[in-house]
Amino acid sequence: MASIPLLRMRGAPKVGLLLIAIALAVLPFVLTSVGTAWVRITNLAILYILLSLGLNIVVGFAGLLDLGYIAFYAVGAYTYALLASPHFDLHLPFWIILPIGSLVACMFGVLLGTPTLKLRGDYLAIVTLGFGEIIRIFLNNLSQPFNLTNGPQGIYLIDPFRLDGFSFATMQNIGGVTFSTPIKYYYLLLLVLLAVIVLNLRLQNSRIGRAWEAIREDEVAARAMGINTRNVKLLAFAMGASFGGIAGGMFSAIQGFISPESFVLVESINVLAMVVLGGMGNVFGVILGALLLSFVPEVLRSVVGPVQQQLFGRMLIDPEVIRMLLFGFALVAMMLFRPAGILPSALRKRELEAARGANAT
Amino acid sequence: MSALPLLVAKGITKRFGGVQALSEVGFTIHHGEIYGLIGPNGAGKTSLFNVLTGIYPTDAGTFDFDGAPLGGSKPNEVAERGIARTFQNIRLFANLSALENVMIGRHVRTHATVFGAIFRNRRTIEEEKSIEHRAYELLEYVGVQRRANDLAKHLAYGDQRRLEIARALATEPKLLALDEPAAGMNATETTALKRLLEQIRRDGTTILLIEHDMKLVMSVCDRVLVLDYGKKIAEGPAAEVQRDERVIQAYLGGEVTLTK
Repeated sequence: MASIPLLRMRGAPKVGLLLIAIALAVLPFVLTSVGTAWVRITNLAILYILLSLGLNIVVGFAGLLDLGYIAFYAVGAYTYALLASPHFDLHLPFWIILPIGSLVACMFGVLLGTPTLKLRGDYLAIVTLGFGEIIRIFLNNLSQPFNLTNGPQGIYLIDPFRLDGFSFATMQNIGGVTFSTPIKYYYLLLLVLLAVIVLNLRLQNSRIGRAWEAIREDEVAARAMGINTRNVKLLAFAMGASFGGIAGGMFSAIQGFISPESFVLVESINVLAMVVLGGMGNVFGVILGALLLSFVPEVLRSVVGPVQQQLFGRMLIDPEVIRMLLFGFALVAMMLFRPAGILPSALRKRELEAARGANAT
Repeated sequence: MSALPLLVAKGITKRFGGVQALSEVGFTIHHGEIYGLIGPNGAGKTSLFNVLTGIYPTDAGTFDFDGAPLGGSKPNEVAERGIARTFQNIRLFANLSALENVMIGRHVRTHATVFGAIFRNRRTIEEEKSIEHRAYELLEYVGVQRRANDLAKHLAYGDQRRLEIARALATEPKLLALDEPAAGMNATETTALKRLLEQIRRDGTTILLIEHDMKLVMSVCDRVLVLDYGKKIAEGPAAEVQRDERVIQAYLGGEVTLTK
C-alpha cells in the first residue's frame, strides 16, 4: 500500500528533473540566438544565485542579518586575482585557487563572526555593514606601502580557467557545435551551482542545519537544549563566507578584471534583497529571488527604451530610472503581500512510516 | 535509588542590582524524586532555575550535580551534563514542526558534523534515522504524535507545554526541570500532565518542578522547597510543608492587623 504513493512521488520529480536538465543544457544556445549578451547575463545571474545561497545560510538558516556579505565575494575574487594574474606573476591553476579562495573567505567569515557573537538583529547588521565597508576600503588603499591590491585601478589580465590545455577563454568547435567563452563558463557555473544546491539542501536537513534553525527561532531555548551557539553561529558565518569565496573566484576568472568598485554596499543589499524576496531559508525560493532580481532589471533595460520609442516616438524617461522605480515598487508590493518571500520557508513534512512501523513491532 | 544525591545546592545567592533574588538557598534532590519548588510570585523560583541552568551566573554558592560541581557552566554545558528545562513562557522553535523541535533536542546526544551533513556517509544517515525515530517516540510518549508535522506555533496550548517536555526529554536528562508546566491548563489537561510526570519518574528521570497549582504539587511531589523573598522558608514532604506556619504566612499574609 505504501509503495504506490512512494512510486508516484519518486516518478514525477524524475521526469521534471529531466526536463529541467534538458532545458538548462540547451539554454545557452537559445540565448545566443537572441544575443550573446544574454549568456553573459545568465552567467552573472548564476553567480548571484551562488551568492544568495551562501548568504541564505547566514540569514535564512541561522537568522543572522549580514549586510556586508559582499566582502567575502571580494575576498574570494581578490584571492583568485592575486594568485592567477601578472600582478604578482603567479599563475596557479584554478582548481587549486578556488579552494584556497573559499578557505580564505571562510577565515574572514570567522574573523567577522567572532566579535559579533553576542550581537543580534540591528546591531549585528550595523557591524557587518561596517565590516563590508572595511574590506572594500582596504582593497582601495592597499596599494601602499606594498602594492597588494593595486588600489582603485584593480587587477587585470586575470587568468581564465584552464584545464590541461582546455581553456575556457577560447571559442571552440566540438562536434560541430560552437562553444563560445560564456557558454563554456555557463556549463561550469551550472555544475558548481548544482553542487552548491545539493550542499545547501543537505546542510539544511542535518543536525547542524537544525541547530542553525533553532538559533534563528530562539537562541535562549537553543542553548538550553545543549546547542553550543557560539560554535554553531561561527560555523554559519564560515560556511556562508566560503560559498561567497567560491563565487568570487569564479567572478574574477570570468570577468578577467576586478576592482573594489564591484564590491560596494549596494551589492550586499542586492544579494540580501534576493534572499528576502525569494523567501529566507528556502533554497528554491532564494534561487527564484536571485533569478528574478538578476533578469528582470536586464529585461527592463532592453524593453523600456524601445517601448517608449514606439509609444511616444522619443525617450521620455531614462530606462535606468524606470528600472529602479519598478524595482522599488516590486519590493514594496512584496513586503505588503508576501512578507515571507515568494516561496516562504515551507514546513518539511516527514515520512513517519518508518517510526510507526518500528513502534508496532 | 543511588546513595549519592543527584543535586546538592549550597548557599546559592543572586542579586540583581539592589534586589536580592536569592539569598543562601540550599537544598538536596535525590535520584528518582519529584521535587517541588513553590513560593509566592517573585519569590525567586525562576531565578533559581536560571541560575541552575547557567543562564545567569551565581553571586555565591555551588551546585553539585551527579557528583561533580556545575560551577560556572554555560547553559549548553549544563544541558550536556544532564539538566534539561522548560520555560515558564513557552519557548518552542515556533516555525519548525513539532517533530523537528524534538529532533533539535537530540542535538546534544548526537555527533554529525558539517562533513557528515555534506557527504551523508552511512553513519550520518543512520544517526539521522535514529534521531527522527527517537523524536517520534517521544512525541508519542507525551501524546502529541498526531501533530508531529504541524508547526509548533499551531499546536494547542496544552500540547505546546507537552511538546516542550518532549523536547527536554530528548536531551536524555538526569534531571528534568519544569517551570510551571501546568500554567494555563484546564483540569483534564492537568490530570494528564500529572500522569505524564509520574510516568517520567517511573522511567528513571528525576524531576524538579516549579508550580502554582497546589493540588498538583501536593499530589505529585515527594518533597517541596518553599521560597519567599529569595529565602528558603521550608523544605520537606508535601504534607508537612503544607502545615508549616511560615508557609501559610507567606501565602496568606501575616496576622490580620486591620481587624484589631
